[in-house]
Amino acid sequence: MAETGIGAAVRRKEDQRFLTGAGNYVDDIARPGQTYACFVRSPHAHARIRSVDTKKAAAAAGVVAVFTGKDVADAKLGSLFCGWMVTDRHGQPMKTTPHPVLAADTVRYVGDHVAVVIGESREAAAAGAELVSVDYQALPAVVSSVAALKSGATQVHKDVPGNLVYDWVLGDQAATETAFKRAAHVTKIDLVNNRLIPNAIEPRASVGDYDRGTDQLTLYTTSQNPHVHRLALSAFIQIAPETKIRVVAPDIGGGFGSKIFIYAEECVVLWAAKKIGRPVKWTADRVEAFQSDAHGRDHVTHAELAMDKDGKFLGFKVSTIANLGAYLSTFSSSVPTYLYGTLLAGQYATPAIFCEVKGVLTHTAPVDAYRGAGRPEATYVVERIVEEAARQLKIDPAELRRRNFIAPSAFPYQTPVALQYDSGNYVGALDKALKVADYAGFARRKAESTKRGKLRGVGFSSYIEACGIAPSQVVGSLGAGVGLYEAAEVRFNATGGVTVFTGSHSHGQGHETTFAQLVGDRLGVPIENIEVVHGDTGRIPFGMGTYGSRSLAVGGSAIDKAMDKIIAKGRKIVAHLMEASEGDIEFKKGMYTVAGTDKKMSLGEVAFAAYVPHKLPTDQIEPGLDETAFYDPKNFTFPFGTHICEVEVDPETGRTSIAKFTAIDDFGHIVNPMIVEGQVHGGIGQGIGQALLEACVYDEKTGQLLTGSMMDYALPRADDVPSYTVGLTTTPCPHNPLGVKGCGEAGAIAAPAAVMNAITDAIGAPLEMPATPARVWAALQKRAAKAA
Amino acid sequence: MYQFEYHRATSVEDALAKLKKASDGKLVAGGMTLIPTMKQRLAQPSDLIDLGGLKDLRGIKVEGGKVVIGAMTRHFDVANSADVKKAIPALAVLAGGIGDPMVRYRGTIGGSIANSDPSADYPAAVLGLGATIKTNKREIAADSYFKGLFETALEAGEMITAVSFPVAKRAGYMKFPQPASRYAMVGVFVADTGSGIRVGVTGAGPCAFRAKDIEAALAKSFTPDAAGTVKIASKGLNSDIHGSAEYRAHLVSVMAKRAVAQALGG
Ligand SMILES: Cc1cc2nc3c(=O)[nH]c(=O)nc-3n(C[C@H](O)[C@H](O)[C@H](O)COP(=O)(O)OP(=O)(O)OC[C@H]3O[C@@H](n4cnc5c(N)ncnc54)[C@H](O)[C@@H]3O)c2cc1C
Repeated sequence: MAETGIGAAVRRKEDQRFLTGAGNYVDDIARPGQTYACFVRSPHAHARIRSVDTKKAAAAAGVVAVFTGKDVADAKLGSLFCGWMVTDRHGQPMKTTPHPVLAADTVRYVGDHVAVVIGESREAAAAGAELVSVDYQALPAVVSSVAALKSGATQVHKDVPGNLVYDWVLGDQAATETAFKRAAHVTKIDLVNNRLIPNAIEPRASVGDYDRGTDQLTLYTTSQNPHVHRLALSAFIQIAPETKIRVVAPDIGGGFGSKIFIYAEECVVLWAAKKIGRPVKWTADRVEAFQSDAHGRDHVTHAELAMDKDGKFLGFKVSTIANLGAYLSTFSSSVPTYLYGTLLAGQYATPAIFCEVKGVLTHTAPVDAYRGAGRPEATYVVERIVEEAARQLKIDPAELRRRNFIAPSAFPYQTPVALQYDSGNYVGALDKALKVADYAGFARRKAESTKRGKLRGVGFSSYIEACGIAPSQVVGSLGAGVGLYEAAEVRFNATGGVTVFTGSHSHGQGHETTFAQLVGDRLGVPIENIEVVHGDTGRIPFGMGTYGSRSLAVGGSAIDKAMDKIIAKGRKIVAHLMEASEGDIEFKKGMYTVAGTDKKMSLGEVAFAAYVPHKLPTDQIEPGLDETAFYDPKNFTFPFGTHICEVEVDPETGRTSIAKFTAIDDFGHIVNPMIVEGQVHGGIGQGIGQALLEACVYDEKTGQLLTGSMMDYALPRADDVPSYTVGLTTTPCPHNPLGVKGCGEAGAIAAPAAVMNAITDAIGAPLEMPATPARVWAALQKRAAKAA
Repeated sequence: MYQFEYHRATSVEDALAKLKKASDGKLVAGGMTLIPTMKQRLAQPSDLIDLGGLKDLRGIKVEGGKVVIGAMTRHFDVANSADVKKAIPALAVLAGGIGDPMVRYRGTIGGSIANSDPSADYPAAVLGLGATIKTNKREIAADSYFKGLFETALEAGEMITAVSFPVAKRAGYMKFPQPASRYAMVGVFVADTGSGIRVGVTGAGPCAFRAKDIEAALAKSFTPDAAGTVKIASKGLNSDIHGSAEYRAHLVSVMAKRAVAQALGG
C-alpha cells in the first residue's frame, strides 16, 4: 500500500489516455446531426449597432440558422451576470450592467459577440458569418483604467457613471494614518500588474444537444465547475429548469481560471440547439481565445509602507485601480477586493493596514480570476515594497522580513484585513530557502557574473496565499452568490471496487490519481480498483468545482467525510455480523478488527455483505454501501513559502536569464509529491511568464488588441525557464481532516515578485513587468543618463 | 479557410503555366507562411500550385566558390548540410535558428526570400554574402532585390529557382529574437567576402538592408569592437510594442559585434 498511499509519488493514472491521444475533449465530441456555430464579433472597441442584416447569410449554402441580439431578446434569454455583489465604501452595492449573450445595440470590446451563424460545417458557418452585415457607428473607446476614471472619459455603460463599478475599502484608515505619523521611514512604490491572457492549451468549446423526447438539454462545455454552469444556465440565463439541463465537462485542457466563468457562447449554443432541434458545436480558434477569454490581473497601484527606525512595519497603505473590462464577468468583482485586499498583510505583523480599490470599466475584454486571482497581485505589492524598503534602509532583505514576520507562536493570527491565519512558520520556510538557495554564496556568484560582463541580482518573495475560499456563511455575508463547500460520493461496488464521485473538477490537476490515493490509503483498496468520476452533473451529486487551489482541501475533505460515513456504516455491519458492540470495533487501512479478539473483516467483505444482505437486518441496516457528504470548511487554508530568484542580465541587450530559482513551499500534508512538484513548476513558469514576457496590450487610441496572437503575445517556452529547485516545509492545516492546503497557484503568486526584485537588484533601476529586453535596456539607459 | 483549387506542379514551366491560368493563383512551397494566413481567412487564392514535387529545386551544390541552394530546399536541410557547414558555417547557423523543428522541416529558402518578411532571417545572409537570386527569367543581385516592406524585385509570374551564395573567407550570423514570435527583432550577417566586408541586417527596417557604417569600420579592423562601437541611426527603423527604433539601432551594433566574434571563431 505504501507505494500508492498518501505521500507516494504515484504516476498519474490519467496520463495514459492524455499521452496516447485517447483523451475525450469537448471538440472530440460529435453528436448525430451536429451543426457548427461561428460568432460574428465586433471589429470595434466601441460602436453603436445601427442594424444587423442577416438575409444574405441566412440564404447562403450550408447555413442552417442565424441569430442576433434581437432574437435572444425576443426569446427572453437572461443576461450574463456577476455572481459577487461587492459593497462600496459608502455601504452602497456596486454598479452592475446588463450583458446580453448577443449584443443588443452596442458593442464594447473587440471580439464582443454580435450574432451567431449556424452551419452544416465549420466552413459554412464561417462563410455565413462573413455575410452578416452589421452597420456600426464607431464610437471613441477607452482601454486604460486610469484614463477611464478621468472626468470626461467615454462612458462604457450608462448605468455606471464615471466607469466606476465600486470604490471599495478595507482596514482601519485612521489607525493607518496614525501609524504613518509615527514613522521614521516611509517607502513608496508605484506598480503596474500587467494584463494577461490565460491561454489554456485547449481553447474554449461547447456542444449543445437537445432531446425532444425527454425535453432534456445537454451542454458539453469547457468548464471548471459544471454544476455552477448548470445553475447559471437555469436560474440566470433561463434556458430551462435545472432538472432539464445536464452539463458535462469531460477532459479539459487547462483553465487557469478562465473556464470558471459563464460565457455567452455556451449559453447561445445550448439555446440554439433546442431552437433548431439539432446539436450545435462551437470551438474557439486561438484568435477568439485571445479576444474573448476573460483576461487576468491589470492593476495600477500606489503603496506606502511606514516603518520605525529599526525597519519594523508600522502601517501599510495601498491604493489600486483595477481594470474589470467592458462587462462584469462571473467573479470579476471579488478578485481585486476580497481575494486581494485581504491578503495585503502578507506574512507580516503589520499592525495597521488600509486598502482602497476602484473597480473600473473599459472597452476591453472582461477581466476575471486567473491563476492566483488577487493573491498574486497582493503578493506582488507586498513583496516589491518590502524589498524596496530593505534597499532604502540598507538592511538585508531576508533580515527585514525576519524582523517583521508573524511569529510561529502567534497563530491563530488575526490580520488587520479581515482574514484569520490559522497556522504558519514563515521563518522556517525562509531559513530553508536561504540554505537551499545558498544565499551565502551569492556574492561569489555575482563576482563571477561581473567578470563575464553580466549583472547578477537576487530577489525574494515570501508569499502568503489563501486557498479554498470559505466558509459559506462568511463568503455569503461578503456578497458571494454561492456557497463554497464541496460534495462527494463514495460508492462501493459489491465486488469491492470503489467509484468516487467528486464535485471538484480536474483539468490538469491529476485528481484521478490524488483522490484515488486518498481513498485507497484509508479504505485499503488498490488504486487500480478506484475510479474517480468528475465533470458531469448527471453523475455527480453536486459540486462547486475547481479554482483557488481548493480541490484537495475542500473536495478531498468532502471525500474524507464520505469515507467517515462508509466506515461508520461498515462498523455497524461488522458489529452485527461479528456479534460485537460497535464501540469495540476498530478500523485501519481497510480492515475491521474486534478489540481484544483475533476477529477481523475487510471492508471488501463488508461491501459484499452490504450488497448481498442475506445476514443483515435490513430494517435496521440499509443494504448497500454508498455515502454522500457535503463539506463546508471552517476557514481558508493558508499555504506560504519563500521563493528566491537569481537573475543574470546582459547589459548589452537587456536580456534577463534566470540563473537559479529556489522555491520552498508549505502546503501542509502532501498526498502526491510528484503532482505537487508539477503544480509548483507550472505555477512558477506562469509567474516567470508574467514577469519577463507576457503582456496583453490594447491600442490606447483605437482599442484594438495589439497582442492578438502568439506572434505578439509571448508565452514562456521551455528555454525561458530554468530548472527549478523546489522543497517543502510542513505545517499542517489545523482545521481540515487531511491537514492539507493547496498548491496549484503558489508558483504564479510568488514568482513575479521574486523575479522582479532580482532584476531590480541587478540593474539598480525600477521597471515594470514584463521585464522585456527592450524595457530592461531602456531602464539601464535611463540610469546611465541620470548618473552622467 | 476558403475553397481553392489544388495543383501539383510537375516542372517549373508547368507551375508557371498553371499560375498564369489561374485567376488569383499562388505558388505554395513549405506553406509555413501562406497556409496560416489562409487558415485565418486573410488570404483567398483561387488556386494553389504546389512546388513540393519539383525535386530539381531541392538540394545544395557547392561549385566554383559558390553554395547554390535550390528554392525548395528546407531550412532543416541547410542547417544540417555538411557542405554548407564546411563552406559557410554561419549560413547553417542561420537556418538552424529559424522557427522550430516543424517550421524547419517544411519551410523553404525560396519561400522565405520570395516572401521577404521584414524579420525573416535569410534576407540578412542574402545581403551579407552578396548572393544571387536565380529565377526562371534572370539572375538578380542581392543589392537590387529587397525593395521595401514585403516588396521584392520579383515580378508577377516570376519564380525563384535557386539562391547562389559566394563562399566567404569568414562570416557570422547573430539573431536577437523577438520574444513572442522569435523571428529576428534584429539579425546581422557579417561577411569578410575576400573582396570586401558586407553586413546584412534584418528585423530592424521595413526590409533587409546593408549597414554601410559597420562595413566601413570592419574594413579598417575586422574585430568585434570595431563593429560594436558604430552607432546606428534609429531614423526609419521599426518601432513596435516589442522594441523602439532606438533599441533596434542599438541591437544592430551589438549583434554585429557578436557576429564578428563568431566569424573569428569566438
Ligand atoms: C511558427 C513559425 C515560426 C517561424 N519563425 C521564423 C523565423 O524565426 N525566421 C524566419 O526567417 N522565418 C520564420 N518563419 C517563416 C518560415 O521560415 C517560412 O517557411 C518562410 O517564410 C516561407 O517559406 P515557405 O516555404 O513556407 O513558403 P510558403 O508559405 O509556401 O510561401 C510564402 C510565399 O512565397 C511564395 N513562394 C514560395 N516559393 C516561391 C518561389 N520559389 N518563388 C516565388 N515565390 C514563392 C508563395 O507564393 C507565398 O506567397 C516561421 C514560420 C512559422 C509558421
